[in-house]
Amino acid sequence: MRITTTVNGEQRQVDDVWEGESLLYVLRERMALPGSKNACEQGECGACTVYLDHVPVCACLVAAGQADGREIVTVEGLQVEGELHPVQRAFVEAGAVQCGFCTPGLVVATHDLLERSGQPSDPEIREALAGNLCRCTGYEKILDAVHLAADRLSTSEKQ
Amino acid sequence: MDFLRPDSWADALAAKAEHPDAVPIAGGTDVMVELNFDRRRPAALLDLTRVDDLSQWYQQDGLVRLGAGVTFARLISELGDQLPGLAMASRTVGSPQIRNRGTVGGNLGTASPAGDAHPALLAAGAEVEVESVRGSRRMPVSDFYVGVKRNALEPDELIRAVWIAPATGPQQYSKIGTRNAMVIAVCAFGLALHPSRKTVGTGIGSAAPTPRVAAQAGTFAANALEEAGLWESRGELPPSLAQEFAEQVQAAASPIDDIRGSAAYRLLSLSVMARRCLVWAWTDYRKAA
Ligand SMILES: Cc1cc2nc3c(=O)[nH]c(=O)nc-3n(C[C@H](O)[C@H](O)[C@H](O)COP(=O)(O)OP(=O)(O)OC[C@H]3O[C@@H](n4cnc5c(N)ncnc54)[C@H](O)[C@@H]3O)c2cc1C
Ligand code: FES
Ligand code: FES
Repeated sequence: MRITTTVNGEQRQVDDVWEGESLLYVLRERMALPGSKNACEQGECGACTVYLDHVPVCACLVAAGQADGREIVTVEGLQVEGELHPVQRAFVEAGAVQCGFCTPGLVVATHDLLERSGQPSDPEIREALAGNLCRCTGYEKILDAVHLAADRLSTSEKQ
Repeated sequence: MDFLRPDSWADALAAKAEHPDAVPIAGGTDVMVELNFDRRRPAALLDLTRVDDLSQWYQQDGLVRLGAGVTFARLISELGDQLPGLAMASRTVGSPQIRNRGTVGGNLGTASPAGDAHPALLAAGAEVEVESVRGSRRMPVSDFYVGVKRNALEPDELIRAVWIAPATGPQQYSKIGTRNAMVIAVCAFGLALHPSRKTVGTGIGSAAPTPRVAAQAGTFAANALEEAGLWESRGELPPSLAQEFAEQVQAAASPIDDIRGSAAYRLLSLSVMARRCLVWAWTDYRKAA
């Protein structure tokens, strides 16, 4: 089956996609976009989180054919003119990245949270990131990173 | 494998009639797990996400007609005031990513005794509308669950919508799990006070082969409230009434021991949840005066 989608602003077309395949597989194995991670393939870990028509979803639970004609943004698409997005930079600087496997999903989920809520509280952050598991950091540094990104994004908006 | 992508309801029904073995896929949060783990290799997938009709909700004949494809996330943000019990239950589903994709129709399709929509739908007295090229039928949601993970759909039928009366009184939902997020219910309970009809709706989750109502408990509570004139006076709820209600809810369940919990734990937690839900809802009812 042929799939045509817009990925990170670019029109992409792939052929011979198996009908039972996930969007995650298409992104990683057919479009050479390995940023979204495959850790559980059952919606539990959030490492595969991408935007599908502006809504964060687990790419492992979207059938490839369901993404046809839709717009996808992956963690690779968040960079701004070749520079890390402020959310990505905050994760690096706050020490919220250890093995890094969970990071792409957390970055997308955080990006979405900060689009909706300028200065989220700790409970709001925990709720928004409840679908993203991290086995390394113990989450505290991730909360630090979200606050840091929120501060920077709100100051840059004021300027 | 075939991938069928109808973009209208009529086409979806025609496709299902022609391929009765095609597996419908909405949010994919149940179907894709089965595919990814090779637990299922259907002859075809029938994608319902392009059928606009399914993702709509509107009011008709005094009821909310909720398209099968409305996601939990939209239910929470758009219908919290009209369908508070279902919205509360929706908030407990999985994670933001799961709620962004998962649908009420999918929850019904899977018909797991642990599905969170079910106790709320039962308590609200919802009806399920299913359709095939042969015609459409509507049934009380309690008739829709026919066995463990089995529902009343014929091979050529699809779920079109759920019909639910907007709340006329407080509703509650309570769920026990091992943590707050991303958890399948060990046991759950939904309750709806219907002051306009002076009835009490109930729904039990994960404590019987199917989701089910606690009919006697509901009737008992409604009658006891009526006899004491409490619907009108909005007086305090007698603790004995709440206790008897909880015991009757417990009696309506028939749980099993499994990996998530023992039958005894389920019975105990169910009675606690039933009592709390009634007390919480009654407290809200009194405040609303
Ligand atoms: C990580 C994770 C956490 C979860 N947590 C919860 C939870 O807390 N509570 C809970 O209740 N569930 C939970 N689930 C299960 C799942 O999200 C729900 O059952 C959800 O409602 C399924 O909806 P869907 O649209 O994704 O269904 P799909 O996976 O698309 O479909 C589910 C079933 O319904 C059928 N179907 C779908 N739409 C129709 C239709 N219109 N007509 C006929 N058949 C149809 C499909 O063929 C399939 O059999 C979780 C799942 C995951 C992966
Ligand atoms: S890989 Fe998709 S949620 Fe874990
Ligand atoms: S940094 Fe290793 S899983 Fe999060």
